[in-house]
Amino acid sequence: MPNPSLPRQTGKRQSGEERRHNYEEVAQGCNLEEAMQEAERCLNCKDAPCTKACPVNVQIPEFIQLLKEGKIGESASKIMETSLLPAICGRVCPQETHCEGNCVLHKGGKFPAVAVGLLERFVADEARKQDKLIAPKPEKESGFKVAMIGSGPSSLSCAAELRKLGHKVVVFEALHDFGGVLRYGIPSFRLPREIIKAEVDTISDMGVEITPDILVGSSITLDELREEYDAVYIGSGAGLPTMPNIPGENLVGVYSANEFLTRVNLMQAYRFPEVDTPVHVGKNVVVLGGGNSAMDAARCAMRLGPESVTIVYRRGKDGLPAREEEIENAEEEGIKFQFLTVPKEIVADEDGKVAILKCLKTELGEPDASGRRRPQVIEGSGFDIKTDSIIIALGQSPNPIITNTNPDLKTNKWGAVELNEAGETSLKGVYAGGDITRGGATVLLAMKDGIEAAEKMHKYLETKGAK
Amino acid sequence: MNEKYKKYEIIEKVDISDTVSKFVIYAPFTARNAKAGQFLILRGKEGGERVPVTFVDWDKEAGTITIIIQAIGKSTALFNAFKQGDCFLNIAGPLGAPIDIKNYGTIAVVGGGVGIAEVYPIAKALKDAGNRVVSVIGARNKDLLILQKEMEEVSDVYVPCTDDGSVGKKGFVTDALQETIDGGEKITAGFIIGPLIMMKFVSQLMSKNGVQPYSSMNPIMVDGTGMCGCCRVNVDGKNKFACVDGPMLPSDKINFDELMKRIDEYKKEEKISLDKHNEEGGCGGKCKVGLH
Repeated sequence: MPNPSLPRQTGKRQSGEERRHNYEEVAQGCNLEEAMQEAERCLNCKDAPCTKACPVNVQIPEFIQLLKEGKIGESASKIMETSLLPAICGRVCPQETHCEGNCVLHKGGKFPAVAVGLLERFVADEARKQDKLIAPKPEKESGFKVAMIGSGPSSLSCAAELRKLGHKVVVFEALHDFGGVLRYGIPSFRLPREIIKAEVDTISDMGVEITPDILVGSSITLDELREEYDAVYIGSGAGLPTMPNIPGENLVGVYSANEFLTRVNLMQAYRFPEVDTPVHVGKNVVVLGGGNSAMDAARCAMRLGPESVTIVYRRGKDGLPAREEEIENAEEEGIKFQFLTVPKEIVADEDGKVAILKCLKTELGEPDASGRRRPQVIEGSGFDIKTDSIIIALGQSPNPIITNTNPDLKTNKWGAVELNEAGETSLKGVYAGGDITRGGATVLLAMKDGIEAAEKMHKYLETKGAK
Repeated sequence: MNEKYKKYEIIEKVDISDTVSKFVIYAPFTARNAKAGQFLILRGKEGGERVPVTFVDWDKEAGTITIIIQAIGKSTALFNAFKQGDCFLNIAGPLGAPIDIKNYGTIAVVGGGVGIAEVYPIAKALKDAGNRVVSVIGARNKDLLILQKEMEEVSDVYVPCTDDGSVGKKGFVTDALQETIDGGEKITAGFIIGPLIMMKFVSQLMSKNGVQPYSSMNPIMVDGTGMCGCCRVNVDGKNKFACVDGPMLPSDKINFDELMKRIDEYKKEEKISLDKHNEEGGCGGKCKVGLH
């Protein structure tokens, strides 16, 4: 009998004080006993609202039931019917806005939601340890070839789905290592590098070929891919950093979050001089922005040992768009928040180094297009924040290389690739999804796009006739 | 893919001087679409940094690229200690925007030090496009004045300079360039590659003489694909990324002083890295660079 009144498991977590000095995972998962106990809390709803709310349609009560029965391998396979990156999903998805936020227990107001994320992560990790995490192999080869641009969560999900259906899939990655934003954007203490490698390996084991060092739009053009492949998926992401366009933003000591995170996560610069790429911060770091990148940048900066790290955000605390758990993690790690504040100018000292961030206070006015109240600058409210390192995490726009070199590829005014109702771009046989169509969004939405596009691409290939 | 060579294998390596080496490398995906003005990114080993290097030459059919590297720190010292048959770990490219290859009329190419190698493909491409090419190249001495024969072959006017006068004119490329302009050359555009300070002064000289200067920016880079903004250069008040909009940018409008400060950001770490490398045995005696 389900028992929702059992205490909700949270798994083992490093304390804030301990973890601000290392890159080990903050959330370290739970053990089998704790997982089984949490699984008891699930009511096994029919037409489960958690599954409906999942961007990638994980069959949640079903995998939890299999876990309850001790069938770890089958539970993992159940998850992998719809999500081929289960260890990643369990760790980075903002479950509070999806499955857990829609759990009937939570909605009922009496009990906390089932810890779906914790359980998904447990099943993936445990099944992998027991060599029971196996990606489905295609039944037969279709004879069609598909090219994926980028090796981030969107392309990887699309690649895996298409491979399941028997198509030959080749993934082209511009950087020297795979995972896209999972690799360069998300720090190891949220998503260990070994997990990225393991999840990518699971997909290559299906027969997906993944090649590094190839920048599509340059090393090879989109036209060349369209000639050589039967369909193409653009998953090149939103890697173009948004700069605030304020005086002083090119001073030494000012980073975009992308640069800072790429040094720390892709190049592992926190290990310098054991590795060759360095990164440094001053004594008082300021991070501009309130999203996941801002939290990640602030928490990576904290681990480099400054005296203070302060997040400067234009709205109040409830306006922060970052994942709830990461905001809490940031607070526990001693990161300070300066709300209702916007940057105006970065001022250097006599040596040309960053010394002061001139700011203005804001107040919240009428809601804007997103429904959130618009921050308005308060006249005469100028004040200074003493800082010697500034990290700008104000958002990312779609990577412009492919769109710049393909004027026929229709984009909206922000450079995002546009799709028609059939999910196709303005170029026949070329599909797209993830941040290249949305601007900087989340891993799970990127996966959702990839999975949905795979279905549409499969239909398109079927119309091309049997090979 | 050529079955004879491994991916990123060094097919030919020539040590031009103690600090400068030339490499011909098997990298078919980097060679196939390469154009003048573009660059590539190299990585030598696990844990290595991503190092941008401008193309010297490429052979689409053979799938090879040619680069020239000057050793100035740990990574470049390591590269120059590689032997024929060794392989780089990663080579990504071509990166950056190619230069606009068209008939400008008379153009100048100005190369300083290793920059000579990098301005060579530009001189060649513009000569092929029908331009009258005035080449002014300079180095400290005749040993460092690389690609003399190659540059002469693609130039209509060829002016080599050395600081010590061991070859060509004694003095700087700025004076030599001014002389050719004073001598009546109607130069409309100039392409400059060399140390930042040299590019700054040559750009200023060109502007003074009504020549549109373009300089190849060499900021610090991390990804090199337009993602991080590390290589941002202020051009006419707006930020451009050297790795996407450049590296060749109109240098009459570039804030050189700002860029020179940005390039020095990691001086301390560069020294730490090199010192540690030396303590650990350096390149094992293979390196001829005066760095260790």
